[in-house]
Amino acid sequence: MTTGVAVELNELTRLYGSVKALDGLSLHIEPGELVALLGPSGCGKTTALRILAGLDEATSGTVSVGGKDVSNVPANKRDMGMVFQAYSLFPHLTVLDNVAFGLKMRGKAKSERMSQAADMLDLVGLSAHKHKYASELSGGQQQRVALARALAIQPRVLLLDEPLSALDAKVRAQLRDEIRRVQLEVGTTTLFVTHDQEEALAVADRVGVMSQGRLEQLAAPADLYANPATPFVAEFVGLNNKVPAQVSGGQAHLLGTSVPALEGSIAGPGLAMVRPESVTIVADSAGTSTISSVAFLGPISRVYAALADGSVISAQMASSQAKAFSPGDPVTVGVEPTGVLVVKDDAA
Amino acid sequence: MRRRTLGGKVFRAMLWVAFGLFFLFPLYAMADFSTRNLIAGGRTMQAWQNLIADEALYQSIVISLLLAGFTVVAMLLVLVPTMIWVRLRTPWAKGMVEFLCLLPLTIPALVIVVGLRNVYLWVTYFLGESALTLTFVYVVLVLPFAYRAIDAALAAIDLKTLAEAARSLGAGWATTILRVVVPNIWSGILSAAFISIAVVLGEYTIASLSGYQTLQVQIVQIGKTDGPTSVAASLAVLLFGFVLLLVLSLLTRGRRRATVENVVQPGVAA
Repeated sequence: MTTGVAVELNELTRLYGSVKALDGLSLHIEPGELVALLGPSGCGKTTALRILAGLDEATSGTVSVGGKDVSNVPANKRDMGMVFQAYSLFPHLTVLDNVAFGLKMRGKAKSERMSQAADMLDLVGLSAHKHKYASELSGGQQQRVALARALAIQPRVLLLDEPLSALDAKVRAQLRDEIRRVQLEVGTTTLFVTHDQEEALAVADRVGVMSQGRLEQLAAPADLYANPATPFVAEFVGLNNKVPAQVSGGQAHLLGTSVPALEGSIAGPGLAMVRPESVTIVADSAGTSTISSVAFLGPISRVYAALADGSVISAQMASSQAKAFSPGDPVTVGVEPTGVLVVKDDAA
Repeated sequence: MRRRTLGGKVFRAMLWVAFGLFFLFPLYAMADFSTRNLIAGGRTMQAWQNLIADEALYQSIVISLLLAGFTVVAMLLVLVPTMIWVRLRTPWAKGMVEFLCLLPLTIPALVIVVGLRNVYLWVTYFLGESALTLTFVYVVLVLPFAYRAIDAALAAIDLKTLAEAARSLGAGWATTILRVVVPNIWSGILSAAFISIAVVLGEYTIASLSGYQTLQVQIVQIGKTDGPTSVAASLAVLLFGFVLLLVLSLLTRGRRRATVENVVQPGVAA
């Protein structure tokens, strides 16, 4: 069990020629907390992680770990465990030797490092494979060994750089849960970088959404999902419908109903960001909207309805409910009384 | 899998025999000539005994072997860290390094000798007239072959990720290179070393023009007065080269086989 330390990124900027990969990024991670950085490719999330790991240098700004500035400390002295997106096990070493490598670098006696490495393999459930080589393991097993190897050194900070992106969906979900279980067990402060919103929301204590080198919003998963601070966050975290709306007196008027307008909404006419699960569709022979298609997704389905103005809105519902609808059915579309973010209509 | 017909097998066997004869016949002729007693008739091993008994020839063999050894060590010390560093830290310089390494292929040996004459005035001033100073020019000479072998080995691994993983686990640059990168490009290093040895043991022009008595220079000189000993030395060098290439082939084949087996039987559980 390790004790987590606080991590502080202060006004980090990273320039690659004229391209600004990071634009004044500041982030505070509490001791033992797991923060996920979420964003599209090129948003700067991996750059931030690499700067924290010491594998890249910031153009300006500082990095503090446990209250000490480590901006000029080389990567091999930072005491951080890292799991990479690409498979990174050393091909010439067995699983056990891979996990013990970091301990060897720290001058631990052979018996001690082998014992600790075996404990770590126990933790990720791979003790039976300790004498195998990386090429004899599946992708999921390799990433679990990489996790054990990163944790074996009892790092002050654990860094996960899209560790699940090369795995298939089922293994990804399993390993995602395992990462969270192990992280809670060892209590290491962790930064998890991903472009998968489901992954970020599932494992993190807090999720930071990044865009163009900046942190758009940092909040607990449920809060981030329910109260997106910017149109980018609303759009990136969840699939959103954009519905014409009018905001007055803290209420957004759309689709013939009024719902609370979230903080950050504009006043006057705009576009409301409505999540599919907040859209209601009711069969109504006098309705002005019609079902355009139904997509079956297993336990849930997505139902698309064409509004009177020709725009299409999607609703998410249980498949048992969705089977009542067929293309061409007249319906009435509404919105549940949860808050919506209303943004400026750029096309207007 | 495609099945071979009988005709195909016969054709294949004929090719093997034809190529075998083509390569082995000159070697057989050399072995025959080097063991022939030209004066009294019959067979003698005198030419082969001369390889050790003839002091000048023996010295030249030692010098050539030392040159090969020093060249390989110097080449690896210069090339391996440089190529790793370029790939990791200065990828923009890769084209330039490749151009510089391949340049010796395009320059005739005679031009290299003339060009290096002034440089070697300084080399001999500091290090003496030893033939071993040829190591410097031989390192340059083997660069094109060694570069290709090591470059191919580096391209076959995810160098950046492996190096970063080692660094994040606490390894310094020297440890990263020696304990993580080198073991994973070992076949490329062996190839580079063996090819370099073959090049050095076969080099005549530069040594001769520079006035150094290496094995090849001695072979040519002895050939003017003692044909069988000269041929015995040539055959010995050829056989040495063949043995090196055979060892290289066996070592790299072992690695390839292991890799193929691992790919065929990967782990299945997640």
